[in-house]
Amino acid sequence: MKELVVISGKGGSGKTSMVAALSQLANNPVLCDADVDAADLHLILSPNLKESHEFTAGHTASIDLEKCTRCGKCIELCRFDAISPDFVVDPLECEGCGVCYYFCEEGAVAFPENLSGHWYMSDCRFGPMVHAKLGIAEENSGKLVTVVRKEAAKIAESNGHEMVITDGPPGVGCPVIAAIGGASGVLIVTEPSLSGRHDMERVLELARHFSVPALLCINKYDLNESISEGIRKFAEQHNVPCVGQVPFDPAMTKSMVQAQTLFEYDPNAPACTAVREIWARLREEVV
Amino acid sequence: MIISVASGKGGTGKTTMATSLALSIDRARLADCDVEAPNSHLFLRPVFEPDDTITMPVPQVDEDECTLCGECAVICQFNAIVTIADTVMTFPELCHGCGGCQAACPAGAIEEGRRTIGTIQHGRCNGLDFVHGRIRIGEAMAPPLIRQIRSRINPDETAVIDAPPGTSCPVIAAIKDTDFVVLVTEPTPFGLNDLKLAVETVKILKIPSGLIINRSDIGDNKVAEYAAMEKIPILMEIPYNRQIAEAYSRGEPVVEAFPEWRERFEKLYADICNLVAGSKS
Ligand code: SF4
Ligand code: SF4
Ligand code: SF4
Ligand code: SF4
Repeated sequence: MKELVVISGKGGSGKTSMVAALSQLANNPVLCDADVDAADLHLILSPNLKESHEFTAGHTASIDLEKCTRCGKCIELCRFDAISPDFVVDPLECEGCGVCYYFCEEGAVAFPENLSGHWYMSDCRFGPMVHAKLGIAEENSGKLVTVVRKEAAKIAESNGHEMVITDGPPGVGCPVIAAIGGASGVLIVTEPSLSGRHDMERVLELARHFSVPALLCINKYDLNESISEGIRKFAEQHNVPCVGQVPFDPAMTKSMVQAQTLFEYDPNAPACTAVREIWARLREEVV
Repeated sequence: MIISVASGKGGTGKTTMATSLALSIDRARLADCDVEAPNSHLFLRPVFEPDDTITMPVPQVDEDECTLCGECAVICQFNAIVTIADTVMTFPELCHGCGGCQAACPAGAIEEGRRTIGTIQHGRCNGLDFVHGRIRIGEAMAPPLIRQIRSRINPDETAVIDAPPGTSCPVIAAIKDTDFVVLVTEPTPFGLNDLKLAVETVKILKIPSGLIINRSDIGDNKVAEYAAMEKIPILMEIPYNRQIAEAYSRGEPVVEAFPEWRERFEKLYADICNLVAGSKS
């Protein structure tokens, strides 16, 4: 079983539309939406929910003012300034470190586990799909990413699927680190802008840091041909295969508005040829 | 006053809006808190001062003093310190720097060490004060670095924060306790879905907000309908324009590439000031 994780460093480069299009080209893949903070893939793939699971992770403190003797020890020890002078914990500031809970001699601190979100097993028209929803303003997105990837891999292993295609989160922090570790390959979708290039370089460094093979493709490459050229040169110098480039094509956005993949919306759109070529190269490189 | 510019979904033009807004305010600061993918400097090209290395506390165990009692592993909620056989191991990249292990160690065997999480750089450009942070590649924890950038903002100045995308801890660290949030979105199903999440986040934080709809003609009308239902003012709508997209790709702020836009951004700032004044009275 292989896992391809599609990431971009920067949001808005067309990563999710790319994942949806690749899902259709792949032969019976398992789909995994690891962008748990702002999941969008379900908007195109319209999965039928089969199972919903609670995701609990981390703890938040709260103080029982009946038992609290106002000794002040917790405030003194809390490094996150999460406890107000009148001994109320701000759940948004609480890091869940448990220091107040450990040191309170009156047993006045409760420290329950958080319900941080949900993850789902579904079926969609291209195969099984694992996705999730992190609660608003919750932490532990990295752990939820790990959960959905594990579940997707389990399905693929037990039912003999050749490939998991994972829609990864933006950035280079905790959720992305959780999304790429141990993957067969990452496809970085970038766009020809100074920002796109800058963020691509950072996410590539991250892939290198964790020794995950990286591949590159450029979306809307004709928006600035000279930056695209620079990106291709950069990829060559760093031995990153550039597996293709997609022209700016309104069909990309229009298909999303219709909740369709690019190929469903218009199989003759200019972007389709480019995405087919990318898929052919990806198969060579990853499968 | 601190105005944060955020968007549930990345790539909606948040940085373009943040930089153009800051450039349209007399004597402002731009604080780029998107430490995972900082981009504002590409548009503003500030003259930078040398960068500051930002660190976080991590435990350092003196093996000679340690009695292997295991208390540190009991208190640590993040599996960042464990006793294995006859040694104590720390995993600095999992540590949240809470100091619990140090406080709990009965043998006094733990001292505070530091680990680097990233850098912060100040700079100046066109009369604008600039500050941003960059997370070290491989470092997972953005919020402590974001809080450090926030601490560099002088409470009396007008500052624009370029916030990270999403709805989880990094965004909260960036926008909490700011006076206003500008939400940048685009009129597509992804834009709407992620906008709803961003609006929920802003509601939890109880910050007044307004909307900029970028590329306002590429999708459908559902974002505008949602804004009306939620009573979120639409501050600006910017139709798709290939010239703007190209200027963006070259890293040119809208107000510099298209000076006619300056007036609209000045009005945006005035509108925000009015909304903030209204929300406080
Ligand atoms: S340590 Fe316990 S008793 Fe003391 S102030 Fe905190 S909650 Fe109250
Ligand atoms: S759990 Fe940690 S962060 Fe939360 S209130 Fe207690 S000491 Fe502070
Ligand atoms: S609490 Fe202190 S003495 Fe006990 S195992 Fe940890 S470092 Fe060693
Ligand atoms: S400082 Fe806190 S998070 Fe870090 S190892 Fe010690 S107990 Fe764990």
